[in-house]
Amino acid sequence: MDHSSKRGDRPGVSRRDFLRGTGAAATAVASLVKVPGVEAQEAKSGADVVAIGPGPVKLSLEVNGTTMTTNVEPRVTLLDALRNYLDVTGCKKVCDRGTCGACTVMVDGKPIYSCTMLALEAEGKKIRTAESLIDGGKLDPVPAAFVACDAQQCGFCTPGFVVAMRAVLDANPKATPAEVEKGLAGNICRCGTYEQMRHAIEDLCKAGGK
Amino acid sequence: MDNFVYYRPKTAEAAVGLLDAKWGTAELLAGGTDLVSLQKQYIARPKKVISLSQVQGLDQIEQSRGWPMTFKIGAGVKLATLAASSALRGSAAALAQAAEEIAGPQIRNMATLGGSLCQRNRCWYFRDEQSPCLLKGGDKCFALDGENRYHAIFTQGRKCVIASPSTVATPLMVLGAIAQVLSPKGKREIPLAEFFKAPTGPEDREHVLAPDEMLLSVSFSIASDKVKSASYEVRQKLSSDWPLVQASVAFELDGGTAKNVRIALGHVAPVPMLSAEAAKAIEGKPINEETAAAAGEAATSGAKPLSQNGYKVRLLAVAVKRALLTAAGAKKYWEV
Ligand SMILES: Cc1cc2nc3c(=O)[nH]c(=O)nc-3n(C[C@H](O)[C@H](O)[C@H](O)COP(=O)(O)OP(=O)(O)OC[C@H]3O[C@@H](n4cnc5c(N)ncnc54)[C@H](O)[C@@H]3O)c2cc1C
Ligand code: SF4
Ligand code: FES
Ligand code: FES
Repeated sequence: MDHSSKRGDRPGVSRRDFLRGTGAAATAVASLVKVPGVEAQEAKSGADVVAIGPGPVKLSLEVNGTTMTTNVEPRVTLLDALRNYLDVTGCKKVCDRGTCGACTVMVDGKPIYSCTMLALEAEGKKIRTAESLIDGGKLDPVPAAFVACDAQQCGFCTPGFVVAMRAVLDANPKATPAEVEKGLAGNICRCGTYEQMRHAIEDLCKAGGK
Repeated sequence: MDNFVYYRPKTAEAAVGLLDAKWGTAELLAGGTDLVSLQKQYIARPKKVISLSQVQGLDQIEQSRGWPMTFKIGAGVKLATLAASSALRGSAAALAQAAEEIAGPQIRNMATLGGSLCQRNRCWYFRDEQSPCLLKGGDKCFALDGENRYHAIFTQGRKCVIASPSTVATPLMVLGAIAQVLSPKGKREIPLAEFFKAPTGPEDREHVLAPDEMLLSVSFSIASDKVKSASYEVRQKLSSDWPLVQASVAFELDGGTAKNVRIALGHVAPVPMLSAEAAKAIEGKPINEETAAAAGEAATSGAKPLSQNGYKVRLLAVAVKRALLTAAGAKKYWEV
């Protein structure tokens, strides 16, 4: 589960280390298992390299046009930084392994999985989440088409889908329904609302993404 | 995930200077699509994570003009860039086609050529924190008599029966690519055909790089516009799925016959492998459904599937056949 949020390191001997330690090959794996605390090393920066951590460091992210600042350890992912530190909760955590798309955000205009990018890697880039798809109470055409076509059930996948779809239409406002669908290949809806999404896509493409 | 010190070197020299002499303590971070998940599973537990995001010059595709046409692709080039490159699509179609099929847009926007070639294998026992198999210092391969439907079918003499993970490896092998590699001792070159290694223990990776080496770029040369190439993979799902089997082919189409044929097979053995048998079966012949099918059959010679993956043998024959027909520009009878 969520080891990299605000919880700190794993305490004591994990089940895995215990299993390993009692196994026949305990000596062979000793070098892998015994990882001394990272705190022991000094993070040293030089002319050609910046070193950050292991303790919390200041992180500034540009999220939906606003610069937000917090302190995170290097292991914190962009998804956890957004949700748990910056309270930007549109992006969802489902698989947390880069396979479902619920955490999709745009980084410099391109859709990526925020669960699989370290927050530090997003510094200096423009991050766009589902929260950006509303302007003064007016819904962006993509989520508006989802509403009109009833293209969600539980809705947990929806913020990822609408961001991925917005990215396709931003890159190519004339995209065909087939092209839009291709751009959604990295998103999964566990409720299976694909048919209604197809309707939303057709409506959007007819209207030129508007 | 264990915590770590995050390094942001500005040069490749500084990056390799931070690597250690043994695996396990330091990892290069490219797109992170493999490494970050491995860290969450406690399979990778580096104390130093060395980000390549600020290293200059890694994300370039260089291309010479005229024939022979030489390409040099930086290790930091994204899979999405490979898939969208019209130059590659024209002269090295096998590579663009393979890149385009990998995962979904989010992964292709993050994942890099270097990370794709150096990624760890996808055996579910390897990825499972609780399964101390051979590659994690245990004394047993759990896949041999376990759940092995996605594993290797070329298994003779193999202690670990992973399926090679990289879909961009096979096209680069048939294009005769060479890897440029940097370590604190300097640069060296490795033909891609010798780049991969079947791992047998925790001190091994799926490639031959030393722990303090880094891939800088991959280069290859296309002799003329007579060179045709293609990749074909069979998946369970239409998109965003791993190949069950994959074939890449390249040859010169000269007066209707195929010359200098190279055929590589992916996701069917612990390493991506060139098939001399398949290439020999079609060398000097015209490419049609009959000759392509015969080459497909030849590609399966020596296959020794595991208890659950005999089906992959048939799929492999089909993948080779369709890759050959695609490269030759034949009608894709399988597309309706
Ligand atoms: C849902 C899903 C589906 C996928 N489907 C496919 C598929 O069909 N085919 C396929 O091939 N892959 C597939 N992948 C895997 C994906 O292609 C790899 O995770 C990706 O290519 C790794 O690249 P990266 O830049 O993210 O590497 P990272 O995760 O950053 O690194 C991976 C490894 O390579 C090392 N490394 C990175 N760059 C270098 C370098 N320059 N020199 C030396 N070592 C380096 C790192 O240290 C690390 O050990 C899939 C992944 C997911 C999540
Ligand atoms: S195939 Fe390799 S990685 Fe998988 S269980 Fe066997 S030894 Fe481990
Ligand atoms: S939560 Fe990131 S892809 Fe599933
Ligand atoms: S609406 Fe429930 S997962 Fe898509």
